[in-house]
Amino acid sequence: MQKSENQIPAAPETDEGYNFAYLDEQTKRMIRRCILKAVAVPGYQVPFGGREMPLPYGWGTGGMQVTASIIGLDDTLKVIDQGADDTTNAVNIRRFFARTAAVDTTEVTDEASIVQTRHRVPEDPMTEDQILVYQVPQPEPLRSLEPREIECRKMHAYKEYGLMQVSLYEDIARFGEIATSYSYPVMVNDRYLMSPTPIPKFDNPKMDGFPALQLFGAGREKRIYAIPPYTKVKSLDFDDHPFQIQQWEQNCALCGAEETFLDEVILDDRGGKMYVCSDSHFCARRREEGHSGSLPDSAAAAYAAAVGAQEQAVRGEREQ
Amino acid sequence: MAEQAATTATTRTGTTSVGIDIADLKPGLGDSVHDSQRIFRSLLEIMARPGKVIDLEHDLDVPAPLDVASAAALLTLCDQDTPLWLDWIADTPPLRAYFAFHCGVPLVERSQDAAFALVSDPSNMPRFALFAQGLDQYPDRSATLVIQTESLNEGLQVMLSGPGIPEKVSLRAAGLPEWFWNDWRLNAAQFPLGVDLFLTAGRSIVGLPRTVVVET
Repeated sequence: MQKSENQIPAAPETDEGYNFAYLDEQTKRMIRRCILKAVAVPGYQVPFGGREMPLPYGWGTGGMQVTASIIGLDDTLKVIDQGADDTTNAVNIRRFFARTAAVDTTEVTDEASIVQTRHRVPEDPMTEDQILVYQVPQPEPLRSLEPREIECRKMHAYKEYGLMQVSLYEDIARFGEIATSYSYPVMVNDRYLMSPTPIPKFDNPKMDGFPALQLFGAGREKRIYAIPPYTKVKSLDFDDHPFQIQQWEQNCALCGAEETFLDEVILDDRGGKMYVCSDSHFCARRREEGHSGSLPDSAAAAYAAAVGAQEQAVRGEREQ
Repeated sequence: MAEQAATTATTRTGTTSVGIDIADLKPGLGDSVHDSQRIFRSLLEIMARPGKVIDLEHDLDVPAPLDVASAAALLTLCDQDTPLWLDWIADTPPLRAYFAFHCGVPLVERSQDAAFALVSDPSNMPRFALFAQGLDQYPDRSATLVIQTESLNEGLQVMLSGPGIPEKVSLRAAGLPEWFWNDWRLNAAQFPLGVDLFLTAGRSIVGLPRTVVVET
């Protein structure tokens, strides 16, 4: 990975009291063996001895244990939460590994060797040299249909996935379309039904034939699964109701991007709103490159008031 | 600490009650934390991209008949939770002591009981079916075989395809028994069950997960 000024060097005072990357060596070895088996059986959830991490379940404990088991001194880590580098969860996890593993961190997708993500796949394409680690709240795609673990396990063992097809069909019968918009189930390598984690279904097609290795860690449920690079990942659908991703009539209000996943931002209490890229690094880079969106003046004013004068200054400079 | 580890290990393997003679032991990984991390990333890379041969850079003084790559893989992955099976050439007191001391690994006599297996003489190795295949509900409970070959670039060429391989990739492993690739077809056909392999030669190592489809 090339280094640039965007890269944030590891914290000068790394914590001495912990083993490298927080977990002890035996735990890392156990997780590493699980990761290798997960790669050998794409989409199958390998049970592992999940450890307590110094933050609550739901904040990425599974993803962090996977990251801690693979990360080394040469790595550069990027962490995103719903596409953003600057949210509490992302900032804290980055800082955690800067302190316990003395690794460099970055917000630039190209520069990262490991990207840990919550609920998005980066808009920028990833390469063979990178690893994408997902934080997983519920690894079992069948859980909402079949609460018993032992039954779900049998359904996976015998590739008995009719229940999921029926559930999607009920959506079509009721709403005329498949209403699931995130955690949209996929078949991996034509064998295992897998939850892609709560990424929007917009990101599902990216998983198919993805050049980077994808690892998934669920801390509360204690499961690890994986998709090797260049593996067939197919979103479930029907011949007469093919899989479709979300589309927006608007472009990103800040950078004008047409084909990204957009977040709705409420601007005031009079119905003002705008749509912006959920991938904060992608959007910022496009704005630096000179792209701009159709943010109306009234909305710009409200946005500036909310975000602060800093954004206004940047826009001012560009106009001059 | 070292003495303690040695005593525990010998008690578990039941080799001797007097402990291991540390004077004859070859050293393990120099920096156990970072060396094992780097080796693991290589193992992950070759398991995720079958057919890709990686040369490990680590300097390891290993006991005969171990390859550097096979020793590195086993030192990185094995511990007290992973029963290890050694084939007839490798099953010597110095090698038993080496793995018992550095990994605290329990050694098993029956190949079926092993989580990891070291094969230093592939021409006389047991068939894949004699290793743990995993269970239909737990296919991860299968054996990982580390097989030392004569070479990874001078043997009979086979073409690999499957997850991790964009189209096709060739592999030329030498010194494998005649039945090897035919048995591998049977192994791949019972997916999701089956064993996973690392083939090594000196410092070189390549991964073969059970998803790989082979054409000879």
